[in-house]
Amino acid sequence: MTTASANVVFDEVTKFYGEILGVNRVSFSLEPGVTALVGPNGSGKTTVMNLMTGLIQPTSGTVRVRGLSPSDPEPFFRQVGYCTQFDSFPRGVTGRDFLYGPLRVTGFSRAQAEKLTHEALERAGMLQAAGRRVAAYSKGMRQRIRLAQAIAHRPSVLVLDEPLNGLDPMARAETLALFQELGRQGLHLIISSHILEEVDRISDRVVLMSNGSIVAEGRIHQVRREVQDHPMQILVRCSNPRQLAAEAFALDGVVEAKLQKDGGGLLVRTTDSDRFYLLLNRVAAEGAVEIDAVAPADDDVNSIYQYLIGSDEGAS
Amino acid sequence: MAAESASEFGRRPWGLRARQAWILVRREVRRNLFTRRRIWVYLLAFGPVVLLAIRRAMPHPGPIDAAALQDATRMLAGMMQFYYVRLGLFFACMGIFTWLFRGEMVERTLHYPFLLPVRREVLVVGKFLAGAAIAIALFEAAVLGCFFFLYSWFGSLGWNYVFEGAGLHQLGAYMLIVALGGLGYGSVFLGLSLVFRNPIVPGAVFFGWEAITPVLPSWLQPLSVTFYLKPLYPISVSSHLPGLLALFTVVTEPVSTLTAVVGLLCFTAAVLAFSCYRIRKTEIAYTSD
Repeated sequence: MTTASANVVFDEVTKFYGEILGVNRVSFSLEPGVTALVGPNGSGKTTVMNLMTGLIQPTSGTVRVRGLSPSDPEPFFRQVGYCTQFDSFPRGVTGRDFLYGPLRVTGFSRAQAEKLTHEALERAGMLQAAGRRVAAYSKGMRQRIRLAQAIAHRPSVLVLDEPLNGLDPMARAETLALFQELGRQGLHLIISSHILEEVDRISDRVVLMSNGSIVAEGRIHQVRREVQDHPMQILVRCSNPRQLAAEAFALDGVVEAKLQKDGGGLLVRTTDSDRFYLLLNRVAAEGAVEIDAVAPADDDVNSIYQYLIGSDEGAS
Repeated sequence: MAAESASEFGRRPWGLRARQAWILVRREVRRNLFTRRRIWVYLLAFGPVVLLAIRRAMPHPGPIDAAALQDATRMLAGMMQFYYVRLGLFFACMGIFTWLFRGEMVERTLHYPFLLPVRREVLVVGKFLAGAAIAIALFEAAVLGCFFFLYSWFGSLGWNYVFEGAGLHQLGAYMLIVALGGLGYGSVFLGLSLVFRNPIVPGAVFFGWEAITPVLPSWLQPLSVTFYLKPLYPISVSSHLPGLLALFTVVTEPVSTLTAVVGLLCFTAAVLAFSCYRIRKTEIAYTSD
């Protein structure tokens, strides 16, 4: 449990761009760990991230990150790193200068800045290409050097807008592993991505946005449980799925039990997952059915997204 | 390290800010001085120097005497008032200072300095000092060049005038005028670039404003740069000019040198304070630029 001052807090934040509403009365309090910010195009994800880092200012409401306001950049940006979606770089800069220069402006000594630059380049897998001009980088390399810059000063809050864009599968896997590691170290990671399956693997929480408002927010399992319209899907691998199906149908809330094609499993849809889990405990204890594995089949960011926002638009 | 450094930084915030501003100045000078984009600024500054150098390479057409030297001195005074300060320095400052922030907005890189643990006021001061250093260095060099080629044409008579006559005093006055003009115009154009997406039109309005300063009510005249620069010119050229041109050089509200210098520095500081206020409100909105 963390105190509110250690969290990333939005309190009734509204942002208008002229007469166009960017985000509408957004409130949340994010604890350390990995939070996925998902929603369709134009839902307000980037606006939330820009508000979080002071690149734009709220029309009303307040933004606090670990108790600090983005309007006070000196303490704020020592704690916060932001990897934006803007794919542009200062002219003529090399990868190393792109990291080293800002660290020097920040106030680090030459030795410190060199050490931090090296460390961040290494973590982002960009050491080899650091001496080349960024203009000659591929899209994936540009993405990684931006990420390296965002983490170079060792922030405690990392805001990442579509950080997996342009990365090849290998780089994606390495980057996700890096995010997981940073999340485990107690950092706040706020990640927007349209690659829901991949952010789902590393996210503790989800903030789901649509039309500038928050549709759902919280721990992924908790949010999924609150989606009452769609029964939860639970996949059980067991020795006797037919008997388990018969027992399941006797329970209130079970709306479907489908045998797997290989005959070694059962997919159950239920509106009362707690009761079904109790059933599993009972049959396992009685030894009537040998349970090999139990896994929620739609307890993830992607499913929550599909249920609450729909599949047509696609997140971005 | 972030936490350790934060406490270390927190102990000497003004020292740190000064260091940040110095690093920004060096970065901006490198970015804005040695670039093809600034070739036209070099032309504005050194065009007259090149012309005088070409003239210097030719033999003097008439007798080298005191009258010819006086004519040359008046020509230099006119060149300073009509070309260097009113046109060359003005448009060079327009190009240099409006590009400092607007250029980063156009190139979509302004978010990088905005995401640093640096007060935005420090960014304004750093960029302003860099722009001033560039403009002043180029135009001071140009004034020196003009002075050299103009008076060296007169041989020993010219050198005597420079070192034993009024030459050095005039040179000092022109250098001071260029420095103060760079600061004054620079602050205005930096401020305009933070208010208007396209500062060209307000820049043109400001050009007109500077021209009509002498006919403005006395309480409005201090809101221009030329009001403070005019009293500093060592030679008045207005009596040798026809009506409308004389209007541009005449001093209708004379002030002392000290008042002019302090007044222009205060004017610059006030406009910079406004820029600092504006930068705090500036948002990153590349899509609409």
